[in-house]
Amino acid sequence: MQSQATYNYKVVRQFSIMTVVWGIVGMLVGVIAAAQLVWPELNVHEFLHFGRLRPLHTNAVIFAFGGCALFATSYYVVQRTCHTRLFAPGLAAFTFWGWQLVIVLAAITLPLGYTTSKEYAELEWPIDILIAVVWVSYAIVFFGTIAKRKVSHIYVANWFFGGFILTVALLHIVNSAAIPISFTSMKSYSAYAGVQDAMVQWWYGHNAVGFFLTAGFLGMMYYFVPKQADRPVYSYRLSVVHFWALIFTYMWAGPHHLHYTALPDWTQSVGMVFSLILLAPSWGGMINGVMTLSGAWHKLRTDPILKFLITALSFYGMSTFEGPMMSIKTVNALSHYTDWTVGHVHSGALGWVAMISIGSIYFLLPRMYGKTEMYSVKLINAHFWIATIGIVLYIASMWISGVMQGLMWRATNADGTLTYSFVESVKASYPFWTIRFVGGALFLIGMLIMFYNMVKTIAGQKAYEAPVLTPAAAHA
Amino acid sequence: MADFISGFWNMYVMVLVTLSILFCVFVLVSNMTKREKGPVELHGHVWDETLAEYNNPLPRWWMYLFWITIFFAIVYLAIYPGFGDKNAHRGQLSQYGTEMAQAEEKYGPIFAKYRDMDVLAVAADPEANAMGKRMFLTYCAQCHGSAAQGAKSFPNLTDDEWLWGGDPETIKATITGGRMGVMTPFGPVLGAEGVKDVANYVRSLSGLAHDSLRAQRGKEGFETNCVACHGADATGNPLLGAPNLTNKSWLYGSSEATIIETITHGRTNQMPAFGEFLGEDKVHLLTAYVLSLSKK
Repeated sequence: MQSQATYNYKVVRQFSIMTVVWGIVGMLVGVIAAAQLVWPELNVHEFLHFGRLRPLHTNAVIFAFGGCALFATSYYVVQRTCHTRLFAPGLAAFTFWGWQLVIVLAAITLPLGYTTSKEYAELEWPIDILIAVVWVSYAIVFFGTIAKRKVSHIYVANWFFGGFILTVALLHIVNSAAIPISFTSMKSYSAYAGVQDAMVQWWYGHNAVGFFLTAGFLGMMYYFVPKQADRPVYSYRLSVVHFWALIFTYMWAGPHHLHYTALPDWTQSVGMVFSLILLAPSWGGMINGVMTLSGAWHKLRTDPILKFLITALSFYGMSTFEGPMMSIKTVNALSHYTDWTVGHVHSGALGWVAMISIGSIYFLLPRMYGKTEMYSVKLINAHFWIATIGIVLYIASMWISGVMQGLMWRATNADGTLTYSFVESVKASYPFWTIRFVGGALFLIGMLIMFYNMVKTIAGQKAYEAPVLTPAAAHA
Repeated sequence: MADFISGFWNMYVMVLVTLSILFCVFVLVSNMTKREKGPVELHGHVWDETLAEYNNPLPRWWMYLFWITIFFAIVYLAIYPGFGDKNAHRGQLSQYGTEMAQAEEKYGPIFAKYRDMDVLAVAADPEANAMGKRMFLTYCAQCHGSAAQGAKSFPNLTDDEWLWGGDPETIKATITGGRMGVMTPFGPVLGAEGVKDVANYVRSLSGLAHDSLRAQRGKEGFETNCVACHGADATGNPLLGAPNLTNKSWLYGSSEATIIETITHGRTNQMPAFGEFLGEDKVHLLTAYVLSLSKK
């Protein structure tokens, strides 16, 4: 059954290890930023104050941690489900080193104050060009592998990875279009102006959530959940419907970030209704993942990797319910600009993105060294519980402080004047910011446990490359 | 859409929106199979040894949820501004207008009753004073501070020193129309040494430690360049917002380095206008409150 060729595990291994490393770095910066909100005296230097660390945190967790996890899993999944070695291995190696260079450049330039000031797209134009080159290479490797697949049908995980790769290329290139003030300067100005610039930015911003943080990780889910549960995916039909509905509707949801602004009314309405339509397509992925476990629920008791994956789906379902609700204009009038948004983002980022990545990386790491299990399953379990408690503390505190801020800002006296000045709402938020700091720190501790477990798993082991499997006879 | 000279982009988006909704309907309708009796079958492909797919029908409740959101979207877009600029009367500008009119009707009289009272009398009225304070904390505290004691480049309002004048009518004019304070730069005229001399002279005016030799030399530079605004006796000119340099009140700081910076580069400072935003009645109360801060 087995041929001589092997899968290219090297690039998968590199990205898997860096996922853990950048996860720790990104979350550490997040914990520091959270601490700075509680203890402002921690803003010790201009390079390290909140305003510069915050974009470093978001870039590091989304693009360094999340990005490496997506590269690792997509390269692994596309080879295994296409029954062929990765296309263009040199280019794949370039995507690894190129992506690491992007991350290092971000870690240097953001604290130095180089920024486009576009949220989640802060990196300046030379780095943007490097990202575009790496990303196009990624697309060539991924779709090249699909093209030389040994099976007729493309597995569902690859649709999601493919959709994510194509769309992120489009989003990044359009939103980052800018004119440098000179070729020797880092500074550039956006190609768009005024409300159009805002609209392009949030078209990008929300689709970064939709395609980078959702479609890509759904690809991960569609491989690792059925693999780890050893059960067939619940419904092929459901995956078709929710895939197409998801990618058609996400594109329109961006304007809900600009409710009650200079954006035209009709654009806001379109953003709101498509955000609501998104609820069902988003839940389609959750249903398909969770229902895959039917008949194998008992595995949740003993398998902490499965716990990570299924808890991730639960948080995914929760935050994709919360998101459409927050996009309704009357709800948004309360929630916008408050900590509620921060809590919502983190229920997605920690609960969904990080949990599904962590579960998948725990699956991948031992296999990169010819083993099937991590050094310690108990430590995975400990990681799971510490991380879960951390997330719950984080989200719950942000819900409370967010709703409190929203209510304080709109409270009026009998004469119509505001009951609270802004600074009073800041003061009232301190206890919740402290709880959030604790929650974030717990999540970081979990990542440190993972790092220890990873080092112990790898130590003394030889890198391994599994032989390419011949497809099951009927499907070649 | 003032940004565009034709309705083309409205049409473009309307067509795409309609197609996107129709597409959702299409994928739903084309997959509405019923659950058949008997065990659900596998879809028939296997990947990577174990990966397979059942072909369960779409969950009923999930389909209903999808239909409801699609239906809601169509109705919402038809009623509210959604297709181009139709239904603009239900947009956010009219919403804002309505709510502001309601607020004016409800709260206007509360402020209007002080309209004809003298500012000093309003300042002495505890209820009006409390209302003034609440407005101050909302609109003024960001710059002047919660205790109105100011900060660098934001004047202290509690010390009875006034850049533009502290009588009720002037304070009202300041709040209503805002102020723009400008000092022109003298670095090019005086040169680095000349600036330092004048800075020492300025420090001597209010009795601060200074180099007396420099101060003596700087006196001439001061009299040539500064008296036009700050006056021959350096007590300032409220008509120009030129500060009194003989007292202990310093808007940007009194250190030699800061004064050198001020003289070299000049200063530009602005207080925004609140008249149009707050209306006369509220400005009246706010004036009284600000006045009360320095009249202890």
